[in-house]
Amino acid sequence: MEILMAVVIGILFMTATYLMLSRSLLRIIVGTGLLSHGAHLLILTMGGLKRGAAPILRDNVEQYTDPLPQALILTAIVISFGVTAFFLVLAYRSYQELGTDNVEEMRGSNHND
Amino acid sequence: MSLLHLAIVSPLLLAIFIPFFYKYINRVHTGWFVLPLPILLFGYFLSFLPKTANQKTIMETLSWIPSLGINFTAKVDGLGLLFALLITGIGGLVVLYSIFYLAKDKEKLNTFYVYLLLFMGAMLGVVCSDNLIVLYAFWELTSFSSFLLIGYWYGRDKSRYGAQKSMLITVFGGLAMLGGIILLYIMTGTFSITEIISKSAGIFENPLFIPALLCILLGAFTKSAQFPFYIWLPDAMEAPTPVSAYLHSATMVKAGIYLVARFTPVFGESGLWFWLVGGVGLLTLIWGSVFAVKQTDLKGILAFSTVSQLGLIMSLLGVGAAALHFESLDDNIFTVAVTAAIFHLINHATFKGSLFMAAGIIDHETGTRDIRRLGGLMHIMPVTFTISIIGAFSMAGIPPFNGFLSKEMFFKAMVQVTKSDLFNLETVGILFPIIAWVASVFTFVYSMVLVFRTFTGKYQPEKLEQKPHEAPIGMLISPIILVALVIVFGLFPNLLSQSLISPAMSAILGSGEGFDVHISFWHGFNTELFMTIGVVALGFLLFKTTRKWTKLYGSLPEKLTLNRFYDQLVERAQTGAGKLTNTYMTGAIRSYLVYIFAFFIVILSVTLIWKNAFTVDTINRSPIGIYEIVLVLFIVVGSISILFAKSRMTSIILLGSVGYTVSLFYVLFRAPDLALTQLVIETISVALFLVCFYHLPKLRKHETRMRFRLTNAMISIGVGAIVAAIALSAHSSKQFQSISQYYVENTYEKAAGKNMVNVILVDFRGFDTLFEITVLAIASLGIYGLIKLRSNRGEKSEGK
Repeated sequence: MEILMAVVIGILFMTATYLMLSRSLLRIIVGTGLLSHGAHLLILTMGGLKRGAAPILRDNVEQYTDPLPQALILTAIVISFGVTAFFLVLAYRSYQELGTDNVEEMRGSNHND
Repeated sequence: MSLLHLAIVSPLLLAIFIPFFYKYINRVHTGWFVLPLPILLFGYFLSFLPKTANQKTIMETLSWIPSLGINFTAKVDGLGLLFALLITGIGGLVVLYSIFYLAKDKEKLNTFYVYLLLFMGAMLGVVCSDNLIVLYAFWELTSFSSFLLIGYWYGRDKSRYGAQKSMLITVFGGLAMLGGIILLYIMTGTFSITEIISKSAGIFENPLFIPALLCILLGAFTKSAQFPFYIWLPDAMEAPTPVSAYLHSATMVKAGIYLVARFTPVFGESGLWFWLVGGVGLLTLIWGSVFAVKQTDLKGILAFSTVSQLGLIMSLLGVGAAALHFESLDDNIFTVAVTAAIFHLINHATFKGSLFMAAGIIDHETGTRDIRRLGGLMHIMPVTFTISIIGAFSMAGIPPFNGFLSKEMFFKAMVQVTKSDLFNLETVGILFPIIAWVASVFTFVYSMVLVFRTFTGKYQPEKLEQKPHEAPIGMLISPIILVALVIVFGLFPNLLSQSLISPAMSAILGSGEGFDVHISFWHGFNTELFMTIGVVALGFLLFKTTRKWTKLYGSLPEKLTLNRFYDQLVERAQTGAGKLTNTYMTGAIRSYLVYIFAFFIVILSVTLIWKNAFTVDTINRSPIGIYEIVLVLFIVVGSISILFAKSRMTSIILLGSVGYTVSLFYVLFRAPDLALTQLVIETISVALFLVCFYHLPKLRKHETRMRFRLTNAMISIGVGAIVAAIALSAHSSKQFQSISQYYVENTYEKAAGKNMVNVILVDFRGFDTLFEITVLAIASLGIYGLIKLRSNRGEKSEGK
């Protein structure tokens, strides 16, 4: 399963990179979204996908899945959400101000390069 | 803090008060407040003469950074004292001269004297420091104050150009010298010159010896305007004349000479030192003297003349270093070269200073320094004429002046080079006296040009801006004192021999006992005398025919001059750097991302291959079920379709589907909290995306599929492959067990919770959570600010 997951994560990273190299701001943000999914799955996979119970204490359970990567991912999800939200609003505002969503056209003014 | 330290830094201290004198006591020329200091210092340094003449060295230490071995150790020995006397003596004369040269009401005197005092203090520090780091600090301060003084009339382009040029070249050399100092420290473990000299016995075999030698010499050659670094000196003539007289004839340009002399006991035994110092010195000597004849500006002639005379002293020091190869220093043929070097150094300071001052007087009284417009001033300015003729004859090496004596000794030293059997000199050695002789001929020619083109010939009042007359007496005092010294040292050279020259020689050659120096005026008929007669005869002939052969100078194409080369270098460096930057700083985010990802791929893949780290281990696996396969298909298809989505709407929906699939993965992999959070967050994110999309109405009109670009595809495939490969290898080489067993055991016993993830988030690792909350707070405040705060003060850039 881990090998398959590694491939999936690779595909997520690949698509994310391709989107981030595009010219549309919205697509770049979609790319960052995919990238964080890839990263979160990577953390989970690296923690090992051993079949055990969910990390909630119960009686008569020998094997739990590793709780630590899950805590890390939870933190990462929230942070990436905050950043994505900010980034989206920034894109929205820059479109309002600049009238474009094409990053190739965002060159700054002449006295500001 | 001894009196000696106080003496060294006293100019810097006085510099603090100068602006106050200038501002509050404006009836008196500020120079009068400066004048007592160099005179006092001169007297103070004179008091060391008896001590140094008996081979005593005065050392005073002041702690600065003892832990790094950097202390302000002041050391006065024969060599340092000679320079200190030059600096303070000529400094006093220059200050006196500048009082009459610079008008009280036209010039910014406060800055002038502050810079001048900075320079004086720095120069004293250079020659009296025993610690190399302190020496370097003072060395850079001399570069810096010289820069300020050259650019004193900063309104003129040429001044700024000259200041920048001298700064670039001397600081380049200074930094090289710092490198040499550090190398010396690595070799000997000390910054103290005295200790380095005492430890220099085995230094010769050290692999760092040659780099250190080259670095130190680079510093000395740039400062002392040796070939090819002399080019800053002629441009430094834009400075006020007192500055040219002081810095660019007597003191700063001799700092390199001082350095070479100081390090002779360390490096002197190597053949490379002999060839570099001697060879570059001779080259500079002939180069400077040949080009001095070409100049039409008085100060230009003097600048090139300074260059060539510095080359002369340098070559003598190089030749003199060969003396270290002999057992006994007393009846050694090479010591005469060192004697000549020191003697000529003193002589040069006297006659060059007086000539600069005379040039300044002519400039001051006629309004021009162009020898094509001057002439026939002999009767108008008799005193200046006398000063100039004594100075120029001494420079040309004509008896009875002191220049004659040092030139004789110079010839003697050069002739003796041919008789030695060191460094294969028996073949090439003959070049030394020949070059020296030719250069002396040219020296004679430009010295004559300097005097006779200015003072004799046709008087051309119509070409002059003002009606010339003799300078005020105050301006004449300093040059008169200097030419008096020229004559005195010429007639009674032995005044100097035991008091100054001999102790300086023992410092340079690192010997404990004194030398018996005796400079006699008459050697009888020998080679040197005939050489001098030849110089005078041929020089006179050439001077009479200058009009005919100076045209040859015009035949050298402008492109081949060193100045042109320097200008090209500076310009190319700037435009080249600009071009280079413009090639990769495109301003497009995409290209920067391409660089970043490309480096990411290259570095990681090279490391993987190099370390042979790629392994796939199939032992540590969990089984694959049907659910996983379905979800994997979902996520792969979803993410790849985003690339082919035509509308942005589709890609947003697809991103949402990927997010929900990820949360299903969390369900599958037994992570309930994650699944919950992921579901909620994905929903909000998609909503935000849609809001964003909804408010960009015009975008819908020109929605296209992403253009396929090969580079992007390659890079993204590379990134994906590398991440997958690293994930596989990392997973396949587990180093040790997880620490999660601790959490499993203690989550209830110690933290009273059953949900391990939550307990980790708020108990075991609560700090992360605190700042994650902070991140959210900042994001929300930022968003609020973005939406609410509209500053219309800034220019709105034109939306296209």
